[in-house]
Amino acid sequence: MDLRYSARHRALQEEARGFVKKYGHLSPKTGGGRKRPDARALDWQKLLLERGYFARNIPREYGGFGLPVDIMELAIIAEEFSIAGVSPGIMNQGISMLVPTLLEVGTKEQCIRWIGPTIRGDIIWCQGYSEPGSGSDLAAAKTSARVEDSQFIVNGQKIWTSSAHYADMMFLLCRTELDKSKHDGLSYLLVPMNAPGIVVRPLVTMTGRAEFNETFFTDVRVPTDQIVMGRGDGWHVANVTLKYERMLLGDANKLTYRLARAVELMKKTTLDGCRFIDIPEYRERLLKLQGEVMASKYHGLRLMTEQAKGEDSGVKRLIVKLNGTMIAYRLSSLVVDVLGAAGLAYEPVGEAAEDDEATTWQIDNMYDIGLIIGGGSSNIQKNIIGERGLGLPREPKSAPPTVRG
Amino acid sequence: MEFGLSEEQLMLADSLRGFLDQRLPMSKLRKIAEGGLGFDGELWSGLTEQGIMGIMVPEDFGGLGLSLLDAAVAAEALGYHAAPTPFAAALVMAPLALIASGDRAQQKAWLPRIASGEVRIGVGFAGMSGQTGEAAVRLAGNMLSGCVTGVLDGGNATHFIVYLDDGRAGLFAAVGEPGVSVSTHRSLDRTRPLTALVLHDAGVEILGAANDPKAAATAVLDAGRVMLAADTLGAAQSMFDKALLYSKERVQFDRVIGSFQAVKHTLADIITMLEPCRSLVWYAAHAQDGSPEEARVAALQAKAHLGDAGREISRLATEIHGGIGFTDLLGLHYWFKRIAFNRQLLGAPERCRHQAAVAQEWVS
Repeated sequence: MDLRYSARHRALQEEARGFVKKYGHLSPKTGGGRKRPDARALDWQKLLLERGYFARNIPREYGGFGLPVDIMELAIIAEEFSIAGVSPGIMNQGISMLVPTLLEVGTKEQCIRWIGPTIRGDIIWCQGYSEPGSGSDLAAAKTSARVEDSQFIVNGQKIWTSSAHYADMMFLLCRTELDKSKHDGLSYLLVPMNAPGIVVRPLVTMTGRAEFNETFFTDVRVPTDQIVMGRGDGWHVANVTLKYERMLLGDANKLTYRLARAVELMKKTTLDGCRFIDIPEYRERLLKLQGEVMASKYHGLRLMTEQAKGEDSGVKRLIVKLNGTMIAYRLSSLVVDVLGAAGLAYEPVGEAAEDDEATTWQIDNMYDIGLIIGGGSSNIQKNIIGERGLGLPREPKSAPPTVRG
Repeated sequence: MEFGLSEEQLMLADSLRGFLDQRLPMSKLRKIAEGGLGFDGELWSGLTEQGIMGIMVPEDFGGLGLSLLDAAVAAEALGYHAAPTPFAAALVMAPLALIASGDRAQQKAWLPRIASGEVRIGVGFAGMSGQTGEAAVRLAGNMLSGCVTGVLDGGNATHFIVYLDDGRAGLFAAVGEPGVSVSTHRSLDRTRPLTALVLHDAGVEILGAANDPKAAATAVLDAGRVMLAADTLGAAQSMFDKALLYSKERVQFDRVIGSFQAVKHTLADIITMLEPCRSLVWYAAHAQDGSPEEARVAALQAKAHLGDAGREISRLATEIHGGIGFTDLLGLHYWFKRIAFNRQLLGAPERCRHQAAVAQEWVS
């Protein structure tokens, strides 16, 4: 156990600290709802890419900074940016999920073509996975693509496609091999969202905002080279992507940041003239969460160390999403309780402007439930932990339900 | 930066676990637990050969001079086997008390005897540990009077250290000392007893060499808390391992019960609680040596969090075993009670969390 940084890492820490001090004022505001990056965000992104604070390990020929992977460096940069409260760069599904997927299983041509514009924020992606009839059972996807005149012709419907209303591209899981089994019949296509035949319909969620969409495909044509790996490899590629999504959803930095905001709020907010932090019942909840956030944070450091050594963390990695999303929800629940009745004035203003503090917390609290469900719901996570992590047998297949009537 | 155990620490864990696997089968555990004094001569001399007696004693005084994280690794192994042996007080808190508050002569006199396994010192606190029970002592000259209950590692102890609430401590022999009355009782946890001390003008050696006696005492107390948290970690891991194994063997409705989602999800919940607990305990132990400014909160939060997670895990693991888990036949209850004991000693979760709030100046 050695929690000190090496001289090289200390130097990077100094460098990053100096950078955020000098240029931090140029950063776009952190957090907020999902929206297309504006000019300020794109300029900030450009600066981060030039200095190697973003896409640090992506090869130069694909638009990255080209340094070898050093997980500790990434943690140092993330920490310094988080402490200073400046944006660590654009976070979206293209950058967090598609880019690592292409790096892992894409061709060189695909990497050159898509990674650069994606990490610069010029191309925005959405994820075409879930369908009305296949959520947790993702491999049951029915959206199909047949080949005609050297093009895929896509027909079907996707749901939960966040960002689809402003995305340029979609990574799409669809059925191309009708004669193959459920898992072997899928392919992973890269689909332009402006293609004729695509209709995006906003899906209003419990927050009252249209964070997601339904996307309909009618004879949408996609060039046959816009497939990642081969026909029938879609399930494998989709799982590569999901691996990166689940790592994103359990982020301990977010929990630490949120805990600090809860402490701040409880020190300044009062109930009947008494600070919340002085009321034992609320303080106990905060302290309990602090213990859990600490445990998650050090668990993250442990995983990072194992990753740096090239060790397989097994079940320890599989628990991260389940653990992190639940703690996040309980933290925002505490804050919502501290805001209390005064925090119930709820008027989301949409993507064009920023919401007031109370509305933002209420949205976060509800959105946290979305995160518990998305990327493989908690119940599915428990199956994965039990089966892949602990070696428990799968639930035996039961007969399909009989139709009443 | 490296967050994890060293090769040596992994070897320490392996070797202790291997030793206890062999030398502490269930039949032996039951036999020692019957007496309930938390001590067995044969086991103690075996552990002496394992070298854990001098784990916290500096090399100058014949010990190994290891870190508190090493001690936590040992505590986890002992908890895993519900080992009925003195440890947290006798082999960690007592040497730390002598290092922090003993003068050179006292260190020279006592530390080598701890490292050799010759003396075993129980440790109690008057009024600062956050433990229920009686705790009131006063010191007049070097004469200590009063009463302390809930003293840790008192079973077959040769000596005791009792802390006053000003941070000074008195050290005295358990047997043959005028004015000292020692009564050790079996506790809920039959692998470790609790001792009550009644003192009437007992002559004691005062450990009073620390610059800041209160801070020194607090550090010893926090080290003890980390040890109990690590013990709970080991015990909870043991209960989880047993429940997982059982769920893969036990058949109902023509299926192993681990294939039912109700059971599978419970096991997933347990491991999701348990693994971050391990990182928290490691960090808390490391912080006691390495990061003084974070040490307090880490120790208090580790003690509190393991207290709660341990309780939950011990219940769930028992439930997975069904009726047989509730009986004495499996002996699962030894671990359940071990965890229950650790929760109440040296400050239960609510008390520790309150102190963590004070330490962070959230409240005064």
